[in-house]
Amino acid sequence: MTAPALDREAYRRLIEDDRVHGSLYTDPAVFDDELTRIWYRTWVYVGHESEIPQPGDYVVKSIGPQSIIMSRDRQGAVHLLLNRCSHRGNQICEAARGNTGALRCHYHGWTFGTDGALLGYPFRQGYGPDTPKSALGLGRVPRMGSYQGFVFGSFAHAGPSLLEHLGAAREAIDRLVRLSPLGRVELTAGWLHHEVRANWKMLVENETDGYHPQFVHSSIFEVGESHVAEVYSERSAATARDLGGGHTEHDLRAHFRRMDRPLAWFGTTEDRLPDYCRAMREAYGAEKAREILVEGSPHIMVFPNLFIAEIQIFVIQPLAVDRTVQHVTPLQLAGAPDMNRRLLHQASGSVGPAGFLLADDSEMYERNQRGVVAREPEWLILRRGLNRERVDADGHLAGAATDETTQRGIWRHIRAMLTEEVPA
Amino acid sequence: MTTTAPTISRTEVEEFLYREARLADEGRYDEWEALWTDDALYWVPSGDTVDPHKQISVIYDHRSRIALRVAQLKTGKRHAQDPRSNVAHLLSNIEVLGEDGAGTHTTATFIAIESRSRGLTTWAGRVEHTLVRRDERILMSRKVVRLVNADQPLPTLAFLI
Repeated sequence: MTAPALDREAYRRLIEDDRVHGSLYTDPAVFDDELTRIWYRTWVYVGHESEIPQPGDYVVKSIGPQSIIMSRDRQGAVHLLLNRCSHRGNQICEAARGNTGALRCHYHGWTFGTDGALLGYPFRQGYGPDTPKSALGLGRVPRMGSYQGFVFGSFAHAGPSLLEHLGAAREAIDRLVRLSPLGRVELTAGWLHHEVRANWKMLVENETDGYHPQFVHSSIFEVGESHVAEVYSERSAATARDLGGGHTEHDLRAHFRRMDRPLAWFGTTEDRLPDYCRAMREAYGAEKAREILVEGSPHIMVFPNLFIAEIQIFVIQPLAVDRTVQHVTPLQLAGAPDMNRRLLHQASGSVGPAGFLLADDSEMYERNQRGVVAREPEWLILRRGLNRERVDADGHLAGAATDETTQRGIWRHIRAMLTEEVPA
Repeated sequence: MTTTAPTISRTEVEEFLYREARLADEGRYDEWEALWTDDALYWVPSGDTVDPHKQISVIYDHRSRIALRVAQLKTGKRHAQDPRSNVAHLLSNIEVLGEDGAGTHTTATFIAIESRSRGLTTWAGRVEHTLVRRDERILMSRKVVRLVNADQPLPTLAFLI
């Protein structure tokens, strides 16, 4: 049974500028509204083109709880198809990935091209000549868009374009891909799937929460070598930025410019990655390459589900009001094999169910979920940094690295979507 | 036909595996860490891991990273293990597969029941060890944990599996 939807006024009451109500994380009716008004409406990140390089390749991805097949057809075009047979709704792809000439439903044998078109069904005599075969292809996500290989889908038939949706986040994605001497990222190093018993917004908010690292991650900062503690301290030059549209960023560039050392953001030095640094200089020229290698990789939460976390990519998938999966893969840069080995090595230490960092983040998500069921007080306070918030040179609302400028920005957008004040 | 006695007997294998599981379950971190050789590898592949140098693993710890993992647990601030999970490992189907220059290779199935505030979590799979004898002690140079659900979403796995 679907819970009744909340009206717009309810969301105006539950989401204030500097505090939000605990029921937003626990009420199944809110979750249903979020699926309808956010996840099945706005642009949601699905997969990367590098995951399906060859014609006939497919991977099974998701938009919210729905399973989505991202495929490449014989002509090389990418499709986002519903993982559901158009006949009786059976799930078609069981394997997480593959390469095939045809997708076959094993219930009654209907087959589809990797472009979603119905190729045929067994025992044709049972269907009359008026059966509209061309209309019986696999369902598809109505709108698909791709930026720098990142493929997004929207269930809204009309609305802002992908580029309009990305807005200022687009420039951060550009800053990511320029770390490759070929200007391309490749998400080919496999995925970890980490499930938490917490609401999806706990994860989105935490991705650009610069207040928590010193406390949640103190154990690894104490025993390992890490520059991260410094980035999220009162001495940091980094800023927390609200990019609009629910997108938020920790802009770390000022911090690393002050350090003025190539690859400091990656915790290493140029002499450890000579091939990568040479390829970067050849691709961009010495001066530009140095600037890129000093400024480092972006840390940006693209609303609602793509977290570019400097050296890895997270995809957030809500399953239920209190269940979320975070899918994570190491960043890999085209044309940089020595760098890619280190990226993989670092990611497998940091993230996933056993990660030095992410196991503790996830513990906090679950404790937070248990905490917010409390009644009176029911509010979560998001006031940090209101006293020192400003508009930065790019026109974005910005605070110090540890400020809640980012959480306020996320909630402003969620409120606008739930009250349907903004288009998808 | 002549047979030579194995370097490590089946009884020694069983005793080692049971002891290793018990030290992990009881959170006796220093004693557990002392079971590793200097060139050790502790590996928990994910469903995507074909080559651990090309795809991410749940855990891929060489000796220095095993030490880091243990050191993190011992800070008392590893929140995902503070409080520590209560864990019971059950080992069965132990086989000694043979020995070569690397050591004695064993395989077994396991179930580990983990309890914490989240509830009970069942972990299961196959565990492979490579054991060597050093100065009259038996140590492990390699431990691979192949979870039955490695390809599915996993909850947080912060105890020593």
